Amino acid sequence: MKKFALLLAAGFMSSVAMAEVTKDEIINTYFENTGGLEAWGKVESIRMTGEFNQGSMKFPVTLVQMKDGRSYMEFEFQGKKLKQGVFDGETVWSTNFMTMKAEKADSEQTENTKLNINDFPDALYNYKEKGYSLEMLGEETIDGVETYKLKLTKEPVTIEGKKVDDVTYYYFDKDSMIPLVQETEIKSGPAKGQISQVKASDFQEVEGLYFPFSIAQGIKGGQSAPIEIKTIELNVDVDPSEFSMPKADEKNK
Amino acid sequence: MRKILVAASVAASLLTVSFITEANSITGLSVKSDKNKKFIPLKGKSLFGDLKARQIGPALMSGRIIDLENHPTNDRVFYAGTAGGGVWRTSNGGATFQPIFDDHPQSIGAVALDPTKPDKNIWVGTGEIWTRNSVSVGDGLYKSTDGGVNWEKVGFQNSERISSIEINPNNPNEIYVGVLGALWGDSDERGVYKSTDGGKSWDKILYVSATTGASDLIMDPNNPNILYASMWEFRRTGWSFSSGGLESALYKSVDAGKSWEKIHKGFPDGKLGRIALAVAPSDSKRLYAVLETEKDSDKGLYRSDDAGASWKHLNNDFELVVRPFYFSRIVVDPRNPDVVAKGGLSGSISRDGGKTFRNLGSMHADIHDFVFDINNSDRMFVATDGGVYRTWDGGTTMEIVENIPVSQFYHVSVDNKEPYNVYGGLQDNGSWYGPSSSPGGIEARDWNSVGFGDGFRVLKHPTKDIVYSEMQGAENIWRYDIKQNQTKTIQPLAEEGDPKLRFNWNTPIETSHHKPDRLFVGSQFVHVSDDMGDTWKKISPDLTTNDPAKQNQEDSGGLSADNSGAENHTTIFTIAESPLDRKILWVGTDDGNVQVSKNGGKTWSNVVKNIPGLPANTWVAHIEASVHGKGTAYAVFDGHTNNDTSAYVYKTTDYGKTWSNIGSNDLYGFARNIQEDYVNSDLLFLGTEFGLYVTVDSGQSWSLFDNNMPRTAVHYIELQKQTNDIVMGTHGRGVIIIDDISPLREVTAENLEKDVHFFATKPATIIEESGFGGGSKETQFVGPNPNRQAQLKYLLKKRHIFGKMKIELYDKSGDKIADLPAGKSKGINIVSWNGRMKPPKVAKGKTFTFGAFTGPQVPAGTYKVVMTKGKKTYESEIELVNDKSSLLKSKERKSLQKTTMDLYDMSQDLAYQVYQIDEYLAKANELSKINGDVKAQAQPVIEKLNQLKDTLVITKGDNYVGSVEPQLREKISKLYGKVSGSFVAPSKAEINNLQLLKKELSEATKKLNGMKGNELSKLLSLASSNNIKGLRIKSFDEFIDS
Repeated sequence: MKKFALLLAAGFMSSVAMAEVTKDEIINTYFENTGGLEAWGKVESIRMTGEFNQGSMKFPVTLVQMKDGRSYMEFEFQGKKLKQGVFDGETVWSTNFMTMKAEKADSEQTENTKLNINDFPDALYNYKEKGYSLEMLGEETIDGVETYKLKLTKEPVTIEGKKVDDVTYYYFDKDSMIPLVQETEIKSGPAKGQISQVKASDFQEVEGLYFPFSIAQGIKGGQSAPIEIKTIELNVDVDPSEFSMPKADEKNK
Repeated sequence: MRKILVAASVAASLLTVSFITEANSITGLSVKSDKNKKFIPLKGKSLFGDLKARQIGPALMSGRIIDLENHPTNDRVFYAGTAGGGVWRTSNGGATFQPIFDDHPQSIGAVALDPTKPDKNIWVGTGEIWTRNSVSVGDGLYKSTDGGVNWEKVGFQNSERISSIEINPNNPNEIYVGVLGALWGDSDERGVYKSTDGGKSWDKILYVSATTGASDLIMDPNNPNILYASMWEFRRTGWSFSSGGLESALYKSVDAGKSWEKIHKGFPDGKLGRIALAVAPSDSKRLYAVLETEKDSDKGLYRSDDAGASWKHLNNDFELVVRPFYFSRIVVDPRNPDVVAKGGLSGSISRDGGKTFRNLGSMHADIHDFVFDINNSDRMFVATDGGVYRTWDGGTTMEIVENIPVSQFYHVSVDNKEPYNVYGGLQDNGSWYGPSSSPGGIEARDWNSVGFGDGFRVLKHPTKDIVYSEMQGAENIWRYDIKQNQTKTIQPLAEEGDPKLRFNWNTPIETSHHKPDRLFVGSQFVHVSDDMGDTWKKISPDLTTNDPAKQNQEDSGGLSADNSGAENHTTIFTIAESPLDRKILWVGTDDGNVQVSKNGGKTWSNVVKNIPGLPANTWVAHIEASVHGKGTAYAVFDGHTNNDTSAYVYKTTDYGKTWSNIGSNDLYGFARNIQEDYVNSDLLFLGTEFGLYVTVDSGQSWSLFDNNMPRTAVHYIELQKQTNDIVMGTHGRGVIIIDDISPLREVTAENLEKDVHFFATKPATIIEESGFGGGSKETQFVGPNPNRQAQLKYLLKKRHIFGKMKIELYDKSGDKIADLPAGKSKGINIVSWNGRMKPPKVAKGKTFTFGAFTGPQVPAGTYKVVMTKGKKTYESEIELVNDKSSLLKSKERKSLQKTTMDLYDMSQDLAYQVYQIDEYLAKANELSKINGDVKAQAQPVIEKLNQLKDTLVITKGDNYVGSVEPQLREKISKLYGKVSGSFVAPSKAEINNLQLLKKELSEATKKLNGMKGNELSKLLSLASSNNIKGLRIKSFDEFIDS
């Protein structure tokens, strides 16, 4: 079936080279077109600032990712800054909206987050060296665009005590070889079994690398809410305390 | 309104560094040069974009479940294959289910999991095996290797119905498939097939004839080389059903399918019908078979204790012999060979090895399958005509799973209320109506029962609170007075001189476009009533072929008589009155006549012979009389009961003298219904066995609509005129709506050439509702409401990838009032706006202030839209209008808006004051660190500032029960939220409270200003004298924008 899908695609495209495209050509072209694998490898940290747009409300957001896996998202609401999904390398924590105090994520989520430490700057970066498997699933039209659909399988994660595959589906625009859409199956919670969809657009250059400046996340077939990125800074110094979970006596300050 | 402003030249070179891409990415969007043909090349996913279907259920009665399958090791996971609603899975032990097979034919025969990789490898055989008259069809075998996220079609394209899939637990590449095969005709794609390479290739290992298929195939759970196959000789036509023959038999193989032998010792001689079969998992020698035989006394349950070498007849209770074509399923407890459950009208269970049975607990009738929990036999799931039921006490108490909306509508209609209601009848689940929108979503309790039995046409009286509904074969046609809660049965009755009236199982009823009390009903005649069914007049002769060979329903059923009325034939199936002329009537019959009258029924002309390429006697599924011309009509023919699955779709513009074929090769599966657009005659919607197709060029090309739309059989389509909603009655996924299809009217060759085309949109109403939502719980299905926000709809020529794209809204004075998230797909994009400004900026405190979470509603008016895409800008407008049903007088509305904005401004003024206090406090604290003298001077200022701040905003506590006494910020926000969230004029109490808060704010301002002229001025001097950088306070506007 897959072979057939590719042959079919060849009929639509004038370029013979395109017809024979392989998964690695797609990945290589993606990194080449977005600045080059070498340049991506030199990135030590990424800080993005933007706004989360929901209804008439907008929340300023800062997203920080470090090469060693540390990361945080901080958003501002009514003048207060709140951190969510912070990972200091050992602990994942978030601010409880009721008490405004930091609380640890459960150990399962923490262990699963640790598995993503090697996914900077992109899970697809050096995927083979990381032991990930990538599969070409064929072609699909999504967002009106003809794309190549690839399946990336990372280290298994633990969900409700059971090991399950950590799979992401990528849809690469056939022209630019940019991944426009990513999908993952939601593995737990009320939306379990539904497909989470992340759509990227508004790609712009930052220090020779291309980043999406609009990232919309939602449930496939449903509504989504975008984060509109205003600035992206590379290789910034971030105070380690930004990742640290506040101690109990600091919480009420 | 839709003027496009190109404000900038060609995009800058930013995107050309590594990509020469966007300019090349127009493939598929170019328009063919011959515009006379108006061929629109944009198809499917490149066209429909954000136009998405809305599945509103209902799920309260669910629908027919065919096959249940459990996970071999995880008792939280079960699968349900449905009659027309695809495959559903629970991962939470049956509390809720999710669909996992929406992109493929939804009629399911069997679901199987690879025992070695049950979380990954799932097999689905399509095509229901309980072969009732209305049964849908499948198109082969599918496999997923990633737990149901993606599916690959393996083969068996012409199998129509797959009954069984068995996988060798020691070698998952060895797979056996039982193909029941075609119901309506001969087929050699039947029997038992085997693959030894994981499904890449297949050998047919047991075949009897083109009329006999594999109704069951079972692998011995303890020895994969032992297989049992029941073969069934069966056939259905449009007018009869036959079960049984000399070819029906039970076979056994002990060599993995290489050879087969009949195992009939103990069975009666003569013809056999459908045979249900089960092997006890805990004892391979214990087999159960349920036989359909020539003699009633021989029918029922047989047991073998020697692996099929011999059989003993045990029982022929009603539940064991009832309707074998529908209930031939028997399941043995995995731990106890004496516990056996049998499908039937009520379902029954034996705990003594089949000697005696008792009925299962109360649940929906018509039981098709069972599954026992892998760890606890008291816990079972049961498949019924009305959903999945679960029990914790071995079948005594049953409860329905409440979130599986697989209801099977035969018909759907709408009224003109706001919101409009949807009416329709269901397979074995009565007749219902419910709202297209309801506070909190469309819940089970929103649906109203208006008929028993199998339901079909349900029609609202055009002007009165009367609903017409019916049950099978017009046994009853009800006229239901909603207000009085009274029914009267009004079906036409035979009068002197009449032959027997022949009513279809799905009898056509139509109201009139021209006379509200007029009602049409079709038997073989057209009956008309002008007094809502009290008196009837025949206005036609017998319009069918009246073929007596198709009228012997008493003989239907084969070995088991089955004259339910489902096979009634040579009847009228569709009646259409022209919306333009009440004298023009169209009639279609189940035996293939298309009759037209131009004089109100005085004379009729059979015009079917004028239709090119249509086989004789093809069932007329639907005729749609057009609004675009008196002589214009569409006719859809369904040949599947003649074993013909072609789509037949035709149009006439001259009363049927000539017809054009408007189907195309794009269509897959046979057609059932068509709906024209009332505005654009090129726009048509076609309901087919495998989903909805849309054409925007009069049928030159058709596109499958699959945006949140499963490939379920679409039996009926209506277009709601006020909302332009397409409303579908599906035979497996309930009612599905596509809200406002009006953008499709503008998908023209000309508009496709534009980079951006803004669609005309009706002004959006400011909905003045602030009530409470529904009461459903998380395990209950709730149908989503339509999006009632203001919407901007546009067509993009290309998917936006590079450079910024944004949409901003401006009011008449040019002030920006909102940023909207831009849709960026190629094709149709829909962007919503809730009609509100951004929320007020509030003072920074310790906690959130909940009243200020939402922005003020903007007044009715026209708002400018500016779309920036790269370096180009495009402009359009959004118009908001006030709710027609509003109780607000103009003066009251102004008062509400003014009060809201007063509070909005007060909130921001206070925020600015607190900001200034915080700035002074920061400076004072900075000074305090210099030395003791300075600290001594700064400390009183700090204290005084903090005292003031403590009266303005909460500085302690949390957002829950640790909250502290509210201060001015919280009081203003609370009143703001109270007023801005309502749609009535502010009350006297609110106005008085506002005055009080204004005074408090004014006093606070005075205090701060007083300090500025005194202590704070000195503080700044102190800073200056200590060489501390001065304080720069932002202006109010700077602060608000920051």
